[in-house]
Amino acid sequence: MAVIRDVMPAFDLYQPGSIADAQKLLAQHGSDAWVLAGGLDSFDWLKDRIKKPKAVVDLSGIEELRGVRTTTDGIEIGAMTTLTDVVNHPVIKQKYDLLAQAAEVVASPQIRNQGTIGGNVSQDTRCWYYRGGWPCYRAGGNICYADTPEGRNREHAILHADRCVAVNPSDTAPALIALDAKFLLSTSKGERVVDAEDYFIGPDIDITRLHILQPGDLLTAIRISSTWAGAQFYFEKIRDRNVWDFPLMNVASAMVTSGDNIDHIRIAVNGAAARPLRLKAVEDAVRGKPRNAATGEMAGKLAVQGAIPLQFNAYKIPLMRNLVKRSIGGVEEATWTS
Amino acid sequence: MSETAKPAERQYGAGYKLIGKNYPTPDLYAKVTGQAKYAEDFRADGMLFCKLLLSPMPHARVRHIDAKAALAMPGVKAILTANDLPAPADTLTDNGTVIKASKWGERGLTNEPVYQGEPILAVAAVDELTAAEAIEKIEIDFEPLPFVIDPLDTLRPGGPNPRTDGNIWTRPAAPGSQGPGTPVVTELKWTHADFAEEKHGRLPMGKAPDEWTYGDLDSGFKNAALVLDETFVTPDTSHQTLEPRSAMAYWQNGKVYIHTGTQSTAQTLPAIARWLNISPDNVVFISEYTGGGFGSKITGGVSMIIAALLAKKTNTPVMMRISREEETFIGRARPGFQGRMKVGFGKDGRITALDMFVICDNGPYDAVGDAPSSGRIVSLLYQPQAMRWRGLTVLTNTPPRSAQSSPGGLQGIVIMEPIIAKAGRRLGLDQVAIRRVNCPEGKAPFGPPVQGKRQYATSAFLKEALDRGAEQFKWNERVARTPKRIGTKVRGVGVSLSCYVGGTIGFDGLLVIRPDGRVTFQSGIGNLGTESVIDVHRAGAEVLGVPWEKCEVVWGNTTKNLPFTCVSGGSQTTHAMTRAAYATAMDAKKKLQEIAAKKLGGKPEQYEVANERVFRKGGGAGMSLAQAAKYAIQLGGIYDGHEAPADVHKLTKASVASLAGQGLVAAAKDNYPRDGSTFSYVASFAEIEVDLETGKYDIVDFLASGDVGTVIHPRALGGQMLGRSTLGIGHAIGQKWVFDPHYGQMVSVRFYQSKPPTILDVPVDMQWTALDIPDPETPVGARGVGEPPVAGGCGAILNALSDALGDEVFQRAPVNADTILTSLEAGRPRQHPLMAHI
Repeated sequence: MAVIRDVMPAFDLYQPGSIADAQKLLAQHGSDAWVLAGGLDSFDWLKDRIKKPKAVVDLSGIEELRGVRTTTDGIEIGAMTTLTDVVNHPVIKQKYDLLAQAAEVVASPQIRNQGTIGGNVSQDTRCWYYRGGWPCYRAGGNICYADTPEGRNREHAILHADRCVAVNPSDTAPALIALDAKFLLSTSKGERVVDAEDYFIGPDIDITRLHILQPGDLLTAIRISSTWAGAQFYFEKIRDRNVWDFPLMNVASAMVTSGDNIDHIRIAVNGAAARPLRLKAVEDAVRGKPRNAATGEMAGKLAVQGAIPLQFNAYKIPLMRNLVKRSIGGVEEATWTS
Repeated sequence: MSETAKPAERQYGAGYKLIGKNYPTPDLYAKVTGQAKYAEDFRADGMLFCKLLLSPMPHARVRHIDAKAALAMPGVKAILTANDLPAPADTLTDNGTVIKASKWGERGLTNEPVYQGEPILAVAAVDELTAAEAIEKIEIDFEPLPFVIDPLDTLRPGGPNPRTDGNIWTRPAAPGSQGPGTPVVTELKWTHADFAEEKHGRLPMGKAPDEWTYGDLDSGFKNAALVLDETFVTPDTSHQTLEPRSAMAYWQNGKVYIHTGTQSTAQTLPAIARWLNISPDNVVFISEYTGGGFGSKITGGVSMIIAALLAKKTNTPVMMRISREEETFIGRARPGFQGRMKVGFGKDGRITALDMFVICDNGPYDAVGDAPSSGRIVSLLYQPQAMRWRGLTVLTNTPPRSAQSSPGGLQGIVIMEPIIAKAGRRLGLDQVAIRRVNCPEGKAPFGPPVQGKRQYATSAFLKEALDRGAEQFKWNERVARTPKRIGTKVRGVGVSLSCYVGGTIGFDGLLVIRPDGRVTFQSGIGNLGTESVIDVHRAGAEVLGVPWEKCEVVWGNTTKNLPFTCVSGGSQTTHAMTRAAYATAMDAKKKLQEIAAKKLGGKPEQYEVANERVFRKGGGAGMSLAQAAKYAIQLGGIYDGHEAPADVHKLTKASVASLAGQGLVAAAKDNYPRDGSTFSYVASFAEIEVDLETGKYDIVDFLASGDVGTVIHPRALGGQMLGRSTLGIGHAIGQKWVFDPHYGQMVSVRFYQSKPPTILDVPVDMQWTALDIPDPETPVGARGVGEPPVAGGCGAILNALSDALGDEVFQRAPVNADTILTSLEAGRPRQHPLMAHI
């Protein structure tokens, strides 16, 4: 069988108008179904004919999945809300700016107009072997091509690798973990709410997926409670290009201080492992400590403990160390006189 | 940056009505509204679509193709394999020499793929989906063959060969001639001893088949105050034109009609005839709009014959839309260099000796000229007192290369510039000063001696461009500014010299003054975005004194009577074709004067041409151009195209004959003398800000200052100065290929993986300026400008980076966060100094 890419295969397109209808369709088609949100991840898979679902269930016509609602205790963001709408939402900007900052550096303006928050957290890895259709562990094979003596792995994992060394490419995921967001899932057994950090899984749990959704499940909304509203936020994404690029790494932190001291803090990093990492040990270590450079240094060193570099990604260790440091101590803005 | 630097506020073309002025080009509206039809926008009755089956292996032999299941599918019309291709045709040159077809040449389809992604066969079907599904049903039995991804690996003792009969291109002397002959593939292996240098991170320098020298290298090094010996690796970069090489073809009455993009309308026709092995008379080529070339579509691409041959086989029009992934494989790329230079500097920074060694990664097919070009360009740009150049053009099983904006020039300059920056710091010299002392000037010599004498440039005013740029960029202020570091951010400034070839001679022009007084310029230039297809004819209109509103430019179709025209490669068009346009306008002028003298008495020289009239000098009898055109038709012969000048090309003669009787037909060959070879020069300046904790950097400011001859069209010139600088900047900030060498597979197939620069990666307020000094060796003084800015874009960024970070951070381009952080962490360059494609 010869291989050909870049030609979208034929499929049956279903465009349900409600979550219930979507669920029915997914149940009906089982493993032949593919859930389509904004399409930025899906269409790459489909065009390359690596994934060939018989039925595509397009969620874009489901109104109840769109928009940002204020609740008694925070906000609820429909999974199909575009990243542009997340960035521009006044309440998100005002209270949960960490998410707005993260969403604003996703890909490019055009992609943010089309891409959704649900899609951004549920997207697959961009490991160039796996995306190129190589028969690796994640694709059901028995090798990780990136983790071979001559494998090319500058964008791969330094932590929690387990056979596969791919990383999660989401920018909004660490921000949502830092904000202690809850993800609402609609499953065949009913509705389920999970902590943001528990939505994501590494290869040790399931090497073929980056999240917990089972066939037939839908991510319907993301809730952010007011616990971290207006906290001190830090987000930074490092990428090769200034636009239209996945992160080499990113960091998100939310912090509440009293005086100079850190009272509460949540920190997450993505691009270091197959799932966005909440740095609990770092949070514990810095809680009660003064918010300053020394605490940041200590946090950075702690964050990279156990990191194992591959041939081409050793830079991710200082990068993660420094990003975590900055997420606590901040970074001096350079203002030049001319 | 100072206000005077703003291009919009500058005035060019003093004393001219059209030259040096901005104007809306006639293709502008169609381009910005989307009305322009590119190859894949055409449709024809019953048109089929074809898709390609690409080789999954970097080198293999096709043992058997089983397409039964595919051909049995409803809607599948035909399959085309390498067995269906015409025999490669020999080339008959204009002076009658036959060049035998190369046995190593690329033919569009193959039974021995020599790179992953090489087309094996094509399937035509009623739509693309059917064609794709048919391809998935085809079984091919491949015999895998040895392959090479990194050029050094084939040079190792016992290393694999990328082609069955060798690994390097050499040019044995042609029988009975002094110069090099047709390139041939031969085998070269270095010794273990040659490779001893590798473990020190320095490029091994074994036997090199090509070499030249001038001056006394040994005493140059002996007298040097500083000698540096540096290894540097430059990236392979895909051309990635936004329009891929899609093509549509059909046959009518034995003629093939082909739509595709090209860098030359006129010269693509004979290429198609050669590839199809048919007479040029049976080819009609249509290419009104081309979405970028940069050297990848000099005469289109050989792949277009797939559509033509399938159209013939099915007797139906066939559209071949090339996808982005296919374009990555078949769309051409710049060869990366592994280079090493030993350079001696005097106390004042003057280069006393330069020993240059380069390995050019040629890919699997035709020999690219980047390696020899790099030596010539470096010798011109830095005027070393003594120099040796050695080079290898090594074949690999990676996608085919071709010229890319400043081929060889970019690689040579990018290897050289960081060394000059380092020397400036070691010698305590200002970076502008150390470049100024080495600048070419006037009839600057370059390259090796040929029959005892070195060649030289027509002119060079690079010192002036460097000074102008330094002033506008406020170089001294930026250098003196403190602090350099605030928090984790460090700023650095860099300057780079740059130059490339800027013009050829000897092509034809053709115009018609119509009986309604309008002038039609026949343009054989490809419309690839530079606007030279239109711009050069402004020089002709200027000579004739005809308002631009009364001029029309005809282009983009070989049935439209085009003259013999240069290809738009080697930045030759603006130079070559303003000369031809000038010569043609002078021919028209002469004919107008003769017609006036015949009709109104007196001698031709007593008449002048201006304001759409030909009239007696000092007043008196005259006639409009419209009247003169009518008289030209009455007179016939040379006046209305019934006779063509003897010295124009046969293509031009055919076009003149077709236009005969339509008005005053002027045709001329550019026979103007030229003393020297034409080059354009650029001094490029950049400031960057790098974050030491993340390795991320941004370009704060950029300026390109050009010595590019007379400015013809400022807006188009600015587009080239900044657009091509950005192309070069891409080589510094991230564009590259990444290969898994174990499997011979490219992993950076998509844009988000190969990372060409985006508009947000360059400063919003990028600046350019041009000296507007006419080149003394060409009538309107214009030189080409496409390629000269490219290397400056890359060099200025690299030098700004080393200004900020020191000399011990990178030994290759591009430079990204990974390179910077790895080296800063280790305190020395750590990134695999010689490895290709990482």
